[in-house]
Amino acid sequence: MSAVTAEHAHDDHHDDHAHGPEKGWLRWIVTTNHKDIGTMYLLFALAMFFVGGAMAMIIRAELFEPGLQFVDPQFFNSMTTMHALVMVFGAVMPAFVGLANWMIPMMIGAPDMALPRMNNMSFWMLVAGILLIASTLFMEGGAPAGGWTLYPPLVLQTGKALPFAIFAVHLLGVSSIMGAINIIATILNMRAPAMTLMKMPLFVWTWLITGFLLIAIMPVFAGSVTMLLTDKFFHTSFFDAAGGGDPVLYQHIFWFFGHPEVYVMILPTFGVASTIIPVFARKPLFGYSSMVYATAAIAFLSFIVWAHHMFTVGLPIAGELYFMYATMLIAIPTGVKVFNWTATMWKGSMTFETPMLFSIAFVVLFTLGGFTGLMMSIAPVDFQYHDTYFIVAHFHYTLVPASVFILMAAGYYWMPKWTGHMYNEKIGQLHFWLSAISVNILFFPQHFLGLAGMPRRIPDYAIQFADWNMISSIGGFIFGASQLLFLWIVIDTIKGGTGEKVSDEVWEDAHKHGLEWTLPSPVPYHTFSTPPTVIPCDHD
Amino acid sequence: MKKIKQLFAGVTFASLGLQSAQADYTLNLMQGVTTVSHDIFDLHMLILWVCVFIGIAVFGTMFYSMYHHRKSKGHKAANFHENTTVEIIWTIIPTLILVAMAIPATKTMLELDNVQNSDMSIKVTGKQWYWDYEYLGTGVHFESHLDAVSEKVHRDGSDPTRVPHYLLNVDNPLVVPVGKKIRFVFTAADVIHSWWVPDLGWKKDANPGFINEAWTQVDKPGTYRGQCTELCGRDHGFMPIVVIAMEQADYDKWLQTTLAKQNEKPDLSDQNRQQLMTNGEAVYLKNCVACHQIDGKGINGTYPALSGSAKVTGGIDPLIGFLQAGTSRMPAFAKLKDNELAAVITYIRNAPELGNKVGDEIQPKAITPVYDDDE
Repeated sequence: MSAVTAEHAHDDHHDDHAHGPEKGWLRWIVTTNHKDIGTMYLLFALAMFFVGGAMAMIIRAELFEPGLQFVDPQFFNSMTTMHALVMVFGAVMPAFVGLANWMIPMMIGAPDMALPRMNNMSFWMLVAGILLIASTLFMEGGAPAGGWTLYPPLVLQTGKALPFAIFAVHLLGVSSIMGAINIIATILNMRAPAMTLMKMPLFVWTWLITGFLLIAIMPVFAGSVTMLLTDKFFHTSFFDAAGGGDPVLYQHIFWFFGHPEVYVMILPTFGVASTIIPVFARKPLFGYSSMVYATAAIAFLSFIVWAHHMFTVGLPIAGELYFMYATMLIAIPTGVKVFNWTATMWKGSMTFETPMLFSIAFVVLFTLGGFTGLMMSIAPVDFQYHDTYFIVAHFHYTLVPASVFILMAAGYYWMPKWTGHMYNEKIGQLHFWLSAISVNILFFPQHFLGLAGMPRRIPDYAIQFADWNMISSIGGFIFGASQLLFLWIVIDTIKGGTGEKVSDEVWEDAHKHGLEWTLPSPVPYHTFSTPPTVIPCDHD
Repeated sequence: MKKIKQLFAGVTFASLGLQSAQADYTLNLMQGVTTVSHDIFDLHMLILWVCVFIGIAVFGTMFYSMYHHRKSKGHKAANFHENTTVEIIWTIIPTLILVAMAIPATKTMLELDNVQNSDMSIKVTGKQWYWDYEYLGTGVHFESHLDAVSEKVHRDGSDPTRVPHYLLNVDNPLVVPVGKKIRFVFTAADVIHSWWVPDLGWKKDANPGFINEAWTQVDKPGTYRGQCTELCGRDHGFMPIVVIAMEQADYDKWLQTTLAKQNEKPDLSDQNRQQLMTNGEAVYLKNCVACHQIDGKGINGTYPALSGSAKVTGGIDPLIGFLQAGTSRMPAFAKLKDNELAAVITYIRNAPELGNKVGDEIQPKAITPVYDDDE
């Protein structure tokens, strides 16, 4: 009944019955529906979050006390490598692609993604790539153990796994490029006529820019690992001094990919935060256009700062200074964003439901990660910080309580819309507080460890590092266990949640902030078959 | 300060219900023992305080707002969404702060980079998994491995808490004179390593096939410890660095004794079984254990086992030749003296912990050279 009213109210999907989902399990294999594919991306990312998390638990268990207790050092190195690869390429990136699939068409008033069949293909290629890289764990010589950056010559000492890992990277790259093309094509071609670029929600803007980043960098990464492949199997010497090559060349190419890559994981995070905070502050986003320009500025800068990952490799002094100055510049647009979020909250009428809690924790803790980033941009000081636990703390602050927290926030924020059921707010808040406290017990002491002189990627350490490692591990175990609450909430919400009927806008006055809240909850299989004419826009 | 630290640690540990294992930890970066390391420390503190103040301002505003501008207190939302003046101010102020930071940072960077006019040069070569030091122009050249106690403890899984300087101790430390500008040249034999002693204020990568430079001038005699900081494979965590800075006179004496010891002819006389096995174990722990493991079982699929290996327990001469020449996978151990070779061969053929029991003793005289290393 409600679907009929919705149809009537929006006058945009007359023939739902003719295009329902495929029956049975085949639906999920052959689907070209952006909502189905978005769901698959999100569930796959959640599964990989637990796989990568289990690897982190192994790492923290080994580091709980000095001495080698549980694993062999080689396997430990495989764990740090695989943890990073699985989390970056299996969890965080796919989760944001999943959100993009679900939300972008609904946010811009489009019926689906621009290239639905390719959408299906890019998801299944992602699954193939991750399975392939996971299979290297069982190969002779073990999974890659040279770090996720795959630096030669070390990575060339990998056993049978090397070509499989490289091919997996190729698959993941193709999947990402197709996903990015699809998102860009959708945003540029499928917007409702009234949805001008400067009316788009920031999540759409950040994904548009991220899409261009992905198209620019994934081929570079594919190229660098292909050079590894030919160095190993076809007697080239790109990275071997004995044949006229240079191992540092790899690092330049890798970080030309790698630095924009970290912004691939953080720009959509900014977008979600800019979407959620105004709703719970009951105020328009402060500085919409400066948010757009700051995002573009960060994306541009990300291409010209790569060698700040390489201050100690022996760059010429001009290079050290240039990359130091360029890197420091990133603080300016990033600062603008943080100030804008703060100003959005200022004089609002705030409530603190779980999505808002996670978003506020994101602003605070991401800023902490930003501060340590600024510290490390000072090249001479980076000669101390580099490759210690200080940087481990830094990038985990920008990834876990930033990207991952915002993914959680997005889950809580949109789940009622997706499922039509309300999640359990009490358990949600419990999940938040456990996560927010334990993530700091986990990562904050790592600053101390790094400053005190503990290198990263070591399975065993000197006695003076024992105390903070133990505390960090305890934080890690609590954080890991807390995430099971999220799993419970996802399952519970899908099955019916609190049983209370959620309204179309779910959150108070949310329809003023985004098109998705004008649709029924749960969202019908097809939406916006005809484009909406009224665009909510709270910033003109 | 110390009191505050103890209190802090006490509270943290008590709240987690833990017993502090070691009170001797630090929270902040060390100041180090060189002028440059002090400059770096000052820069670190400066940027840290800048961040703390910005943090207090931003988070303060945010938390004030969260407390006062909440719906439950009946606060009505304002509707502003831009303010050009404010936006310009918060773009310009950070820019000025950054420019102010860049000036001292550039000065220190230039200082770090200036390797001119050094008094002496030391070549540092990173190898899997130890350091090789060559005092250029003096003939002193030696390897620096993880010390035997740490080596054994981390491999057999016994309790490391009582080992002095666990994993931060070496057999042959790098000795330098105080008050001299020392230039280091870095390279590597196999993969990339990175040489870091926090007290000197910097780390530098050792890249295979290339040379990097750095310098230091230590003002205070003392022992300074560090580690490899570039992931270099399985035993990356087990190749520490120890630098001992001493007065010039002591350094000169050290240089002479080291050179004399280095040029000593090895004692090739017969040894009893006990001596052979003890010496052999020391050689094994330093050179073989990283791949073939403490129990001689190797790593399945990567490093072959010595236990029950026909190559190890078979004929002596092929085994000697194999050790001296190496293979594409195994490095040549031509660097081992005849007495060391004899001892380690006896050890690997007979050590119960490796599971071999041939029952023979190989004497230094039995070692026949495959090729001559006496150039």
